[in-house]
Amino acid sequence: MKLFKIRGGVHPDDRKRLASEQPIETLPLPDLLHIPLQQHIGAPASPAVRRGQRVAKGELLAHGQGVISAPVHAPTSGRIMGVGQYPAHHASGLSVPTITLKPDGEDRWADHIQGVADPFALAPEEIAARVAAAGIVGLGGATFPSAVKLDLRKRYAIHTLVINGAECEPYLTCDDRLMRERAESVIDGIRLMARALGVSRIVIGIEDNKPEAQAAMAVAASVDSSIRLARLPTRYPMGSEKHLVQTLTGRETPARGLTADIGVVVHNPATAFAVHEALRLGHPLVARVVTVSGGAIARPANVRVPLGTRVQDLIAHCGGFKDEPARLISGGPMMGQPLPSTRVPMVKGSNGVLALTAAEINGGTPRPCIRCAGCVQACPCGLVPLEMVAHIRAGDLEGAVKRGLMDCIGCGSCAYVCPGHIPLVQFLNHAKGEMAARGRAKQKQTETKRLAEQRTARMEAIKRAKREQMEQRKREMAARKKAEAEAAAQAATTTTTDPVAAETEA
Amino acid sequence: MPIETPAAQCGPFAHDTVGIPRTMGLVMLALVPATLFGLWQFGWPAIWLFLATLAGALLAEILSLWLAGKPIRPDLSDGTALLTGWLLAMTLPPWAPWWIGVVGALLAIVVAKQVFGGVGQNLFNPAMVARVALLIAFPLEMTRFVAPTPLFSAEAPGLVESLAITFGGQGFDAFSGATVLGQVRTELGQGETLATILPDLYTPLSGAVGTVAGSLGETSALLLLLGGLFLLYKRVITWHIPVALLGTIAALAALMHLIDPEHYADPLYHLVSGATLLGAFFIATDPVTSPVSARGQLLFGAGCGLLIYVIRTWAGYPEGVAFAVLLMNACAPLIDHYVKPRIYGRDRRGQPLEYANDVETSR
Repeated sequence: MKLFKIRGGVHPDDRKRLASEQPIETLPLPDLLHIPLQQHIGAPASPAVRRGQRVAKGELLAHGQGVISAPVHAPTSGRIMGVGQYPAHHASGLSVPTITLKPDGEDRWADHIQGVADPFALAPEEIAARVAAAGIVGLGGATFPSAVKLDLRKRYAIHTLVINGAECEPYLTCDDRLMRERAESVIDGIRLMARALGVSRIVIGIEDNKPEAQAAMAVAASVDSSIRLARLPTRYPMGSEKHLVQTLTGRETPARGLTADIGVVVHNPATAFAVHEALRLGHPLVARVVTVSGGAIARPANVRVPLGTRVQDLIAHCGGFKDEPARLISGGPMMGQPLPSTRVPMVKGSNGVLALTAAEINGGTPRPCIRCAGCVQACPCGLVPLEMVAHIRAGDLEGAVKRGLMDCIGCGSCAYVCPGHIPLVQFLNHAKGEMAARGRAKQKQTETKRLAEQRTARMEAIKRAKREQMEQRKREMAARKKAEAEAAAQAATTTTTDPVAAETEA
Repeated sequence: MPIETPAAQCGPFAHDTVGIPRTMGLVMLALVPATLFGLWQFGWPAIWLFLATLAGALLAEILSLWLAGKPIRPDLSDGTALLTGWLLAMTLPPWAPWWIGVVGALLAIVVAKQVFGGVGQNLFNPAMVARVALLIAFPLEMTRFVAPTPLFSAEAPGLVESLAITFGGQGFDAFSGATVLGQVRTELGQGETLATILPDLYTPLSGAVGTVAGSLGETSALLLLLGGLFLLYKRVITWHIPVALLGTIAALAALMHLIDPEHYADPLYHLVSGATLLGAFFIATDPVTSPVSARGQLLFGAGCGLLIYVIRTWAGYPEGVAFAVLLMNACAPLIDHYVKPRIYGRDRRGQPLEYANDVETSR
């Protein structure tokens, strides 16, 4: 199919060979699982189990709360050891609410787990509801609740479902392996999502560095004539949702908007696979495929991991470290986050664990900017990173915002090409975080002001109401007194004139 | 085995195999053919001047960094000072005395670069600042050119004689020769026409190969072009500035030549003469002093080309590359302010894109 050019981008060495020929293996059950309540974008789930309780595999551990949230399920059968705090799968290493589960080794599914014989007979809303109940979130790493995206047809005129099989981050091969090994299931999930979205057009985009996945998906996709396969040029960040849609449709998503604004919804192949399992087998999202790779890993692999598995158990399964890793990273090297320790658990959004050597990272001491404009050429968003960073350095965050800070997708292409090794992403992220904090502070301020004003108005109203009430009572009292007096006076006159009438009146 | 890694730093945790020393090294590599040709063609005095200028640049850099209390090694090993000195030497009359090169290097490194804050901070191209300052301060030394006397040829000065020329202030009137641009300008001013001036002075071949009088490293258009193409191939520079610069000169020259061929030389003459190619590929493309966006670079290159042609043709100097580049350097911040790439999802004015409501439903 016809593809459109996108601006910028870089060609990092993809280093996928390390893990791409390793078939997906299943991790043996670890002795302890730490399942965080927030593994998605949105409100954290609220616990539905107590300490000491026995749970079966797939049983609900925590309810989703609100519209944008996702439930969490038991990755295996066992006993709840506690509902408490545990270090998060996040660069900060802060502790977050986490359920600790001790597997009993039986790996027994809950009795109610049951698939749907013909999920295509379900109404679109029902498919989305089951996806929501299964706790499925975007498994490409964004972890946005998938059901919310499947319900977008209510608010947007959606015409195309795009499957993002670009997997443009170096090292990562989990989607590649899934598409190669489970192509039928992935296609089934894709068709179910298309049914939920009510679209008749499906485009699967796979980069040219994954010819086996392209071939396998092409074969599996032949069951459905509405599916088209796009062979994407290998270029980072092809997997950026908005850039992928532009490559496929030639249309840019408006700034601050969603791809749904131009009628496209994007999902990941791993998400499609999870949808397939949720609908056909009734399995909630309790495991995912993860690439463990990098020069410091003894045996790079693609592993299907129960959620909540500690990173150290996963690394031990892959033979441990053969070299001292300079960095331990969750996700790909371009946009991934450094992990604070190997104790943290694997979560729904973790698609890779990389232990990189210093040579692979190829870092350097930052030098002054020589305005070489490499970052300007590399930026896929048409920004001028060197200028934004100059403003951020000078403390002028508004200046950076005016130059498009909020349009930055944080892909890191600029820092990747910078000959001066300037940590451009660090500056940009700092500014974004600071602007968000300022926004929150401002919102808090206006909210406080609004509440205070409301309270004053309320107090005023109460006072006024009291005063009016008092006055009314006074008036009533006066009226009654007046009426009584009149009645008494009248009574006095009537008794003298017409006793019968007075009697009937009474 | 749990490991603890400091988590403060952001990604990316991968980096392209680029670096400032590599970039500078590639530029110097691209300069090597034209430099070697120049050194061969103008002999020992040129070699002494070249070395004096480079040494001057390095010493000036060390001195400035030391005075500023900055670490010396990282800045020096970047190669930026060496490159500045090299580029300056390329633009000097090859038999100029040693102090021209040293004073020029001091002007370039101290006044044009370090005073502004060092690497990446300078508004003007250091080599061109030095060249223009020298031209104005020492017009005699800066306009005394020599006809080519290749190394080891009969008329070339020997080692000792050339030491006397470069370091001893010995005159060399016997060898003097004007540059083609200078000679043509003088004779045009005397009422001659190109048809009578040019045949004695210049053929397209001599201009391209560089067997003419001129600055140390500017004469060989072909070798400079070769270096420029190498830089393009290595992606050290992009095509925008050189193409816009050369294209503008060629277009203006073609237009004027068409109107009056007796007084306005043809495009090829302008492209192979003087510092045109050195300027187009090595001077105007200096990243620090040129705009960062592709469209800005086109504008910048076209501006340089226009000014070069105007200065050469109608202003007081026979050659205008240095002035043109400096004038456009001054415009670069303005160009960067007004000419930016279009942001994804926004129109040129920065407003979010809007699509008509009838979003197509199929393609």
